[in-house]
Amino acid sequence: MSSRVISPGVSSSGSPIRSLEAPGLRIGERIIKGLLWLAATLSVVVTTGIVVSLLVPSIGFFQQVSIVEFLTGTIWAPGFANPSFGVLPIVVGTLTVVFFAILIAVPVGLSSAIFLSEYATPKFRKTVKPILEVLEGLPTVAIGLFAFSVLTPLIRQLTPFLPWTGPFSIGVAGITVGLLIVPLVASVSDDAMRAVPRALREGAYAMGATKFEVALKVVVPAAASGIIAAFVLGISRAIGETMVVLLVAGAGSPVLSFDPTKGIQTMTAYIGSTATGDISQGTITYDSIFAVGALLFLMTLAMNILAIRMVKKYREVYD
Amino acid sequence: MPKATTGDVVSTEDQAVPTVGVTAALNEDGPAREQTVNTFELHKVNVHYGDMLAVKDVSLDIPHNQITAFIGPSGCGKSTLLRSLNRMNDLIPGARVSGDVLYHGVNMYGPKIDPVQVRTVIGMVFQKPNPFPKSIYDNVAFGPRILKMKGNLDDMVESSLRRAALWDEVKDRLKDNAFGMSGGQQQRLCIARAIAVQPDVILMDEPCSALDPVSTGKVEDLMLELKKEYTIVIVTHNMQQAARVSDLTAFFTVAAMDQTNSRTGVLVEMDETRNIFSNPKDERTANYVTGKFG
Amino acid sequence: MSDDSGYSSRVAMPMRTRTAVGGAREVTEALLSSGDRKKKVRGIIFVSILLLGLTTALLAIAAMITWAFIAGWPRLDLSLFTNVPSVVLPENAGYRTAILGTLYVIGGVILLIVPLGVGAAIYLEEFANPRNPFNRFVDLNIQNLAGVPSIVFGILGLAFIVRGPLSLGFVAAAGSLTLALLVLPTVILASREALRAVPSSIRDGSLALGATVWQAVSKQVLPAAFPGVLTGVILAVARAIGEAAPLLLVGAVTFVTFDPSFFEGGYSTLPTMIYSYAKRPQDELQTLAAAGVVVMLVLLILINSVAIYLRNRFERTW
Repeated sequence: MSSRVISPGVSSSGSPIRSLEAPGLRIGERIIKGLLWLAATLSVVVTTGIVVSLLVPSIGFFQQVSIVEFLTGTIWAPGFANPSFGVLPIVVGTLTVVFFAILIAVPVGLSSAIFLSEYATPKFRKTVKPILEVLEGLPTVAIGLFAFSVLTPLIRQLTPFLPWTGPFSIGVAGITVGLLIVPLVASVSDDAMRAVPRALREGAYAMGATKFEVALKVVVPAAASGIIAAFVLGISRAIGETMVVLLVAGAGSPVLSFDPTKGIQTMTAYIGSTATGDISQGTITYDSIFAVGALLFLMTLAMNILAIRMVKKYREVYD
Repeated sequence: MPKATTGDVVSTEDQAVPTVGVTAALNEDGPAREQTVNTFELHKVNVHYGDMLAVKDVSLDIPHNQITAFIGPSGCGKSTLLRSLNRMNDLIPGARVSGDVLYHGVNMYGPKIDPVQVRTVIGMVFQKPNPFPKSIYDNVAFGPRILKMKGNLDDMVESSLRRAALWDEVKDRLKDNAFGMSGGQQQRLCIARAIAVQPDVILMDEPCSALDPVSTGKVEDLMLELKKEYTIVIVTHNMQQAARVSDLTAFFTVAAMDQTNSRTGVLVEMDETRNIFSNPKDERTANYVTGKFG
Repeated sequence: MSDDSGYSSRVAMPMRTRTAVGGAREVTEALLSSGDRKKKVRGIIFVSILLLGLTTALLAIAAMITWAFIAGWPRLDLSLFTNVPSVVLPENAGYRTAILGTLYVIGGVILLIVPLGVGAAIYLEEFANPRNPFNRFVDLNIQNLAGVPSIVFGILGLAFIVRGPLSLGFVAAAGSLTLALLVLPTVILASREALRAVPSSIRDGSLALGATVWQAVSKQVLPAAFPGVLTGVILAVARAIGEAAPLLLVGAVTFVTFDPSFFEGGYSTLPTMIYSYAKRPQDELQTLAAAGVVVMLVLLILINSVAIYLRNRFERTW
């Protein structure tokens, strides 16, 4: 019956036993494991690559422009004969986008999440969640163009009292980015709220609480760290958004201004518009792309680490 | 802590009734098949999970072609010990086995030993039936295929299913997904799957805990049939089951370790099953089997 | 057959739920002091606000699709796909080279992310010891990479792929590689999730039969996780198709009038071409940009639907 080769061997008591040693070196297995390890380690190479590619030109840049001047200067005029590299105007531009984005994404995203997690029937959920995911997967170029063609004129008509000038507006860009990150905020918050154990809800219902009270006073506080993580991820995404800002706020003027009706440059818009132009390698303007990129990277990195921690926190509590 | 009373377990010519305390020398001249052989000999085995000591100082022998049962309360380390017999513990990060685990005199944790090879010789059946999400045929054929066993695959599948007493129930639907079977059938399929790689030993970790009484009866009958060809070690919570099927029983309990404040499993005693249930040497065993504890 | 175990794990009481219990107590106190009708009204208002939020999001999608069709309607014909870009004759311009460019770039992305992404996921989920500090670092690193802005990957592409060590130049291959690195974390995270959803009893069952880890993974775990892995890959590809920002930095902005090739010459892609058209003042080009958006939307909605269908169709409850 047995056709397998049985390795000879003799036990202490004299009966033949099968070998427990490896039949070969299992070289194939080792090679595959090595290749898989390489694939996993590639991500570290990528991160290193990002850091190096940002750092090396930035060092060149900061030899010519002091870090203090860069971080505190209020005039951003890289292309001029007498250039100035104060990053604050474009940082303020980015923060304005983030402000308006959060203004839209937090209420819309959170209420969508509460509805889906606490009120929606499974069938409704199964239909609507994929649609929200479609919104998340829409190309930002398409969203930007839509906002420029439809949203900007619409908002202008609705607010004739505001001092609109020119075709671009950083406020509208922020609102658009807000719509763009709604699915992200909604799905991360929804995950967090659904991770809240049913026993907690049932406990509250047993005490006579209404659905509204359970949702707002039991589920939302219990899922707080996950919901905050959703906001933080949304902020990070808004900081890094490029195409919408380029199209709606324009690659426009890098002036230090908090006026949402103006077309003001952001960090990403600066990188996107400058890199596509004809700029020769080795100039200070070219290096400035990398310095701004480094700042952008650090800002989003801080946000992401914070968000990962917060998500981990609720997972530890409820899983 | 009490010393584990582990006898040198040796069976005589009368296979069904092993006697304890007779030395192997008595049978040395017998034919190999009937000769008394210990499949496993454990000497001062400790199992750690990280810093936690899960099983402490276990010494026992498991005889060839018999059914040995491990019983004891939850957390007594019986499943942990079972999993160290085919090196399934290696898969748990931080798990560490010290002491001697001898398989026919060979140290299973020796430097040359390959855990993958160990598992082809020492098979395992799990608590919850875990068929692969594939056809019944493919479930049984999986082992022979990956081990590139020679011979007719259809024949191997059929003979494995026959020996698992499942052939008549499934011969007309070998291509059906195994998930469509009842729980008891699934568990017997898992046994057939283990048999198909022609192991010497089958370890069973509470194989009936997820089954109804009728299915449990079928699996127990199967075990009694299989012990003609295989050494079987079974972990069970069910004392009736241990009494029904096993030749020998090892009783484990939980000892609270003073210094670490953790719970550690220790062997209390090992003996012929009927002695464990009718005439245990240790008071803790008596309390457990009569239901006073555990 | 595993429904009941899933349920029991969900109702298991957690250790720390102080905030929630406090909330529940507040609820009870409120219940004893306030009138019933007031409560009902408040509940209705609350649901209305929630629905308003959800409707806003859904309305935005609907409005966008409607707009794209209306604005792009005059150019939704075959010439859209067959004509090459042109600024001189905007009414005759099309997306031929951009669509070809996207095919090249995305083809390269798929070839790169499937082995690299799934391979990394298999290593981290099935081989790596989670207690090993290096593996934990890799894990954290991938989560962080998933949140790095896409334009930063453009900078990486510019410095390392177009120029620097690889020096491929501004070619489609550089775009491929840049986008592949961008979506790699998405593929890895989705594939890991799919692998993790396969119960460990399947692994144990294989290993107990003497399978090596790779045999258990390749013959049992990966086939069982396949729908989830595939969904992750499809969603990542969808994201790569729509991505424009990093490509701005690695050369995909030129008005290419000849069919591109992979390793040589200028290239463009659908989204970057849309951007190039949209930036120009001519009305014809604005229409053309909107028509391009329609093409991309239809394509992406199709791809996303396939992914969602696969996930729902093959979702297995163990």
